[in-house]
Amino acid sequence: MTTLDFNKIRDDFPNLAITVHGKPLAYLDNAATTFKPLAVLEALDTHYRRGVSNIHRGVHWLSEQATLAYEDVRTKVKLFLNAKDDAEIIFTHGTTESINLVALSLGTFFKAGDEILITHMEHHANIVPWQMLCERQGCVLKVASINDAGELDLDAFKNLLSDKTRIVAFTAVSNSLGTINPIKDLIKLARANGALTLVDAAQAVAHMPIDVQALDCDFLAFSGHKIFGPTGIGVLYGRKLWLEKMPPVYGGGDMIASVTFEKTTYNVAPHKFEAGTPPIAEVMGLGAALSYVSKIGLAAMAAREAELLAYGTKTLSAIPGLKIIGTATKKAAILSFVLDGIHPHDVGSLLDLEGVAIRTGHHCTQPVMKRFGIPATARASLAFYNTFAEIDQLAMAIHKVREVFK
Amino acid sequence: MNERELSELYQQVILQHNKSPRNFGELPEATHKAEGFNPLCGDHFHVALVLNEDGIVSQVKFSGEGCAISKAAASMMTQAVTGKSIADVQRLFGEFHALVTGKLDPEKQSNQLGHLKIFAGIRKFPARVKCASLSWHAVVAALDKKNQISTE
Repeated sequence: MTTLDFNKIRDDFPNLAITVHGKPLAYLDNAATTFKPLAVLEALDTHYRRGVSNIHRGVHWLSEQATLAYEDVRTKVKLFLNAKDDAEIIFTHGTTESINLVALSLGTFFKAGDEILITHMEHHANIVPWQMLCERQGCVLKVASINDAGELDLDAFKNLLSDKTRIVAFTAVSNSLGTINPIKDLIKLARANGALTLVDAAQAVAHMPIDVQALDCDFLAFSGHKIFGPTGIGVLYGRKLWLEKMPPVYGGGDMIASVTFEKTTYNVAPHKFEAGTPPIAEVMGLGAALSYVSKIGLAAMAAREAELLAYGTKTLSAIPGLKIIGTATKKAAILSFVLDGIHPHDVGSLLDLEGVAIRTGHHCTQPVMKRFGIPATARASLAFYNTFAEIDQLAMAIHKVREVFK
Repeated sequence: MNERELSELYQQVILQHNKSPRNFGELPEATHKAEGFNPLCGDHFHVALVLNEDGIVSQVKFSGEGCAISKAAASMMTQAVTGKSIADVQRLFGEFHALVTGKLDPEKQSNQLGHLKIFAGIRKFPARVKCASLSWHAVVAALDKKNQISTE
């Protein structure tokens, strides 16, 4: 049993109260992006109203305040992930940039024939940067298969690890199937094999506590907007040992120690990876989002989502002709489904007219769709602020879709 | 369900064409072919046609998979372009595209759209414009001897 008053919590998210097509909105697209609590909106507002200034530059009071606040959020992220050192936290624009940064920077040390291991359930953001690296340096991409439930095939994963594997990159939670991967085990296997590890935590970060020291991963990436923060801000955690050795990717202001036309020396990590003026307001927003999440507690949020998932699974499974795609034993609150003879795109449009916002399409996981032999799915993804009534609204709307297409 | 908006998007005619699409299948004797693909939603159609010696589309068929809007639009497209010249097909495509993007009011501006006017409701659903126009892009590309188009 959870003790939080979740109806009261909905007041923290003004967007939840809007109507769409004259119906109360049931926002079930949280895997795409989450709504923002007032605390985040206030942090953005305060920055632009009272605190706007650049960082790491001025000696004037406002700039110093901005720098302190910006670096405070870095510390907050460090504590949130239980990293050892502030220098291990790099601000990026999102998970996609975080993964690309590792592929571009760490990748310079890879040689032709080196192998990169990913899984069949990865988001395009954890496939394409590695393919691009393979094209640049002649590395080889290996893909561990998944079973019909959407779970990683552990034997396939083990078999694909070789003495040539340099890095293993995998998602903690599948965005299209909801599968929770056994990331601690995967990291252990990879490390025993001498490979580095990168965890795509984009879908996991708002739904389960993450401890990078306990996980013992080398890199971990997430996006602010999927944990109730602003868009345009993300995080790359990197083990200090590697960040110190890795070359910068972007050149410009803030990432240097000194510049002459003959020779430029770079700043230390994390600053050498943060060229130019960063998204300062968004960093403030992220800080507010992490404080908000810590206040509610990820464990309480996860417990609530598990209740919603169980109810949603039961409710949707009872609808004739509906098939849930992604039935892993360990699952996050994601319900991907297809309806017999009705294209997901039509489902999405008709649900929208009922005020139900879901995502339809391939969810940036085209290989997953191919694996299940479908062009797309409809996906309802839940957050702790969703309600049982919203799941009923979804089910009612699906019944109406079936009526229209009968 | 908001009945008015629902009926604008999913008219009975559209649902009918989705259920039993016209000119659905292969056309081995085709002189022109193209493939239309919408990577966003996975809609994927092949359009094949015969252009006769007089430069008239004498036969057209489509095959593939897609949502109800794209399938119905493809079905009605095949009916609309049969018997037309390349220039006429291109003109009609222009009008159809203007219709679904809200740039042409079929009641106020002269047009040759006929039954295709029922797609006017699409203009209120920008995410679905690509569904409605995919097969049209493909047929125009086929006549233009381009074999593949993508609406992304």
